[in-house]
Parts: sequence; C-alpha cells; structure tokens
Amino acid sequence: MASTETTPAQDAGSVEAGLDALETTAAGRPPFSQTFKNKILPPVIAIAVVLVAWSLLHPVVDDPTKLPSPQDVWSEAEDQWLKGTLLEYIWGSVSRGLLGFLLALVIGTPLGLLVARVRFVRAAFGPILSGLQSLPSVAWVAPAVIWLGLDNSVMFTVILLGAVPSIANGLVSGVDQVPPLFLRAGRTLGATGLRGTWHIVMPAALPGYVAGLKQGWAFSWRSLMAAEIIAQSPDMGMGLGQLLEVGRTNSSMATVFLAILLILFVGIAIDLLIFSPLERWVLRSRGLLVKS
Amino acid sequence: MATTLAKAAESVEFAARLEHVSKSFAGPGGQQLVLDDISIDVAPGEFVTLLGASGCGKSTLLNLVAGLDRPTAGSIATDGRPALMFQEHALFPWLTAGKNIELALRLRGVPKTDRRAKAEELLGLVRLRGAYGKRVHELSGGMRQRVALARALAQESNLLLMDEPFAALDAITRDVLHDELTRIWAETGVSVLFVTHNVREAVRLAQRVVLLSSRPGRIAREWTVGIPQPRRIEDAPVAELSLEITDVLRGEIRRHGQH
Repeated sequence: MASTETTPAQDAGSVEAGLDALETTAAGRPPFSQTFKNKILPPVIAIAVVLVAWSLLHPVVDDPTKLPSPQDVWSEAEDQWLKGTLLEYIWGSVSRGLLGFLLALVIGTPLGLLVARVRFVRAAFGPILSGLQSLPSVAWVAPAVIWLGLDNSVMFTVILLGAVPSIANGLVSGVDQVPPLFLRAGRTLGATGLRGTWHIVMPAALPGYVAGLKQGWAFSWRSLMAAEIIAQSPDMGMGLGQLLEVGRTNSSMATVFLAILLILFVGIAIDLLIFSPLERWVLRSRGLLVKS
Repeated sequence: MATTLAKAAESVEFAARLEHVSKSFAGPGGQQLVLDDISIDVAPGEFVTLLGASGCGKSTLLNLVAGLDRPTAGSIATDGRPALMFQEHALFPWLTAGKNIELALRLRGVPKTDRRAKAEELLGLVRLRGAYGKRVHELSGGMRQRVALARALAQESNLLLMDEPFAALDAITRDVLHDELTRIWAETGVSVLFVTHNVREAVRLAQRVVLLSSRPGRIAREWTVGIPQPRRIEDAPVAELSLEITDVLRGEIRRHGQH
C-alpha cells in the first residue's frame, strides 16, 4: 500500500497507525431494550412474585393482626400520605441518616488514611477498628441515651459508631491494595510524601474507598433505624423508626409493615441513586467493570 | 519540537556514572551479593543496553540508578533525576492518557497553562495525536507503552532508564516500537540505559551493549555496535553480532549448571 519511496520512519508510522486501528475496538452503550431486558425486568418480576405470594398467603393466615394484606398496607400508606405525615416520616429519617453519614465521612476518611499510612497508628488502632465493625452499633444505644439524653445526638452517635469503622476500613483496604508499581512510578515522577498521597495513593485507593462508603451507608441506615426504634421520645421528631413504634403501640400490623417496607425502600433507593452509580463510574472509568 | 526537547548535553561529561557499585540483600543464607563491582559510564546522548540472563540483577541496577534504592558499596551519579519506564506500562488508570502525561509535567512544576499543549506535543512525538482523552484500558499494549514513553519524556530528564519495556508486547508491535524508540532517541538527544534479556533487541537498539553475568551480576563483556541506524532486527550485521553475543551469554549461563 505504501509507496516504494517511503523512508523507514514514515513506514513505521503507517504500520503503527494500522496496528493501533486493528487493536482498538469501539465500545458503546447497549440499546435501551437490552438494558430493560437484562437490568430492569428481572427485579420487577421478583417484586411481582413476592406480592403474589403475599396475597396468596394472606387468606391462609387469615389474621390481619399477624399478616395484613398488601391492600391494607397500601391504604395505610395512602392514609399517611393524605394526612401529610408520610413524607415527614421519611424525610425525618433520611435527613438524619445522610447528615450522620456525612459526619462519618468527614471523620472516617482522615482516620482511615492515618491507619493506612502510619505504622504505629495501624498497630494501635487497626484491630480496634476492625473489631468495631463487627460490633452491632445498636449496642451503643443504651449507653448513648444515658450519656447524652433522649435527643438527636444519640442518633448521630450511633450512626458514627456504625459507619466510621466501615469507611475507615474501606479506605485502609483500598490503600493496601494499591499496586506497588504505581507507587514506584509515582516516586520516579517526583510524587513523594504528601504529593504521593494526594496524586497516587488516594486516587489508586478509590475503588476500595467507595466500597467502604457503600457499606458505611448501609451501616448508617441500619444503626439509625435501630436507634429510632429503641430510643423513643417526643423530642426526637418524626422518623420511620417512630412510625414502626406507632404501629406497635396501636396494634396496627399494617403500619408496622408499612414502616418496614419504607425502611427497606429508602435503604435501597439511596444505594441505587447515589452509591451504585458512584461505584460503577469509578470502576468503568478504570476499565474494571466487566461487561455482562 | 526537537529543539525544545533536546538537552544541553555539553555541560556535563556523563548522563550516568556508576563506580564500583555493589549491592547485597539479606537472604536466607546471610548476605546475598546481587551486583558486584559494576562500573559503567553513559555518555550524554548515548544509548546503552544492559543485557543479561535471569538473576543478573538488571532490575536492581536500574532501581539503584533511578534512586529508588541505595547501593551497598560504590557510587552512582546521574545528571539530574532519571526518568524510568517499566515492563508494565504503569500508567495510572484513573487518568486519561493525556492527564497521565500532565501529571508528570505538574510534578515537575510546569505551569498549568502550558501543560495541555506540552502533553499534546509529547503525544504527537509518540504518534498518538488524538489519544489525549483516551482511558488507559481503551489503549492497546503498544499504545500504552508509547504513552508511558511520552510520560517518561515529559520529565525532560537527561537520562531515560528502560526496564524491559517491550518484553510483554507481541513481536510485530515490538519491531515497530524499536523503530519509534530509535527515532525519538535521535530526535530528543536523550541518553538511554535500556535493560533487556533479548540479545537481538539489544543489538538492534544500542550503540553499546554491556553483558552482565549472573549471580552475582558482574560486567562480563562489552561491545560497541558500529552498525549505522536505522537498523532492522533482520539485518545481517545485527544477526551476526547477536550470534556472537549469544554465544558468550550462553557460556556465562552454562557455568551455573556445572556445580
């Protein structure tokens, strides 16, 4: 193809261009119909199956104080909506949960970095941090109420004790998994000390960190719900835990079910709206997301 | 472009000077000598390959010259901090190809306004114009090594250390990259210390081939390669010298099986 008069350098250039073209594959997004079939349809079917099973089970149990029908729970939701309290319950919990999570983020990130990078701190606090992760933070509700009284600070204390270890540990394992080659490459480029931490270690540890954030949110939400259910006081404001407690004291199983479903729904929604996209973006931009 | 990248080489008499360098590591049977009394000079603008079988301490030697490790004895002097290129591309996957190069510029203190143009220029030098916004995983192996080369050149170091940079590539790509490296070396005037276990590659690229023996690594012999560039790996003089060096190398390796 090349003319006979080409110099070796031009020749290398054109061969190279050919090689580059041969070895580069165009990647695009799959069409929506495929996404719908693979990603959206299966969970919709799963939810439908659960609802059908629930409807079939309801007449068998035949005791609305034990198992309300899906329709009962739905009309309970409608009631709360018309009373204007439904969003208040949800927002009460979500705002507390997200604020607590942000606090945990602010504390857990430098803590994780310290544990990961400073040998003495790791030896001293690493095991405690891992241990705290396996301790259900509900255990802290009772002492927190005694120390802090019945107000919102109890909620935040319990969220922090649940989420900070997850976030810090996620960052630690992220830093531990940074390939040594990146550190060497960074050092030859002049990224040492704090510059190395900022330009190499932190971005390289991002996938582990994001996994820690995801888990940290799950722990935040779980801890918060436990605290809301256990610590009851008029000063605490509205929350989904309070809604569940209202259902319990009124012997309304439909309300209890509504509260449980909403807790589940919010937990999933926050994960789907914030953390899963964040994780996918981090992994995809590094080519770590295997296309299924 | 060649003028901006060319080095003021006249001021120093060497790009790297290794004098009686030895390195030992703590091993299971006490101190293990890895490198023994290595003395090499790399002149400004010179292309030297270090050739040896496994266990000759090639990578250890490059680490010492790069300043990532310290010699047990002897001294190493380089003209500024050397750039280092690895067998794996070692590009940062969280950055695009262009941003990888810009990070090197940034760490060297190049002002923000100049970085983009400089990165594009370096990508042009390795014939990857248009790859600026590409993610590392979107590039082929050969393209990644070229971006890595551009990143190393972004350091504007007088000495480029290369640790078997083409060993993991397929033969066709490797041949092309040999041509490219020769061209870029000539254009930029950078000194290169290139480590390989591939005899033909060493002869194809270098002005001087230094053969290391194994366990411990010592300088076994040195050849000056007088074959004019551009060379091809199939050229008869390249093959001839390769054969000669291979025989000596095999002799060195054979000694290890005889006790």
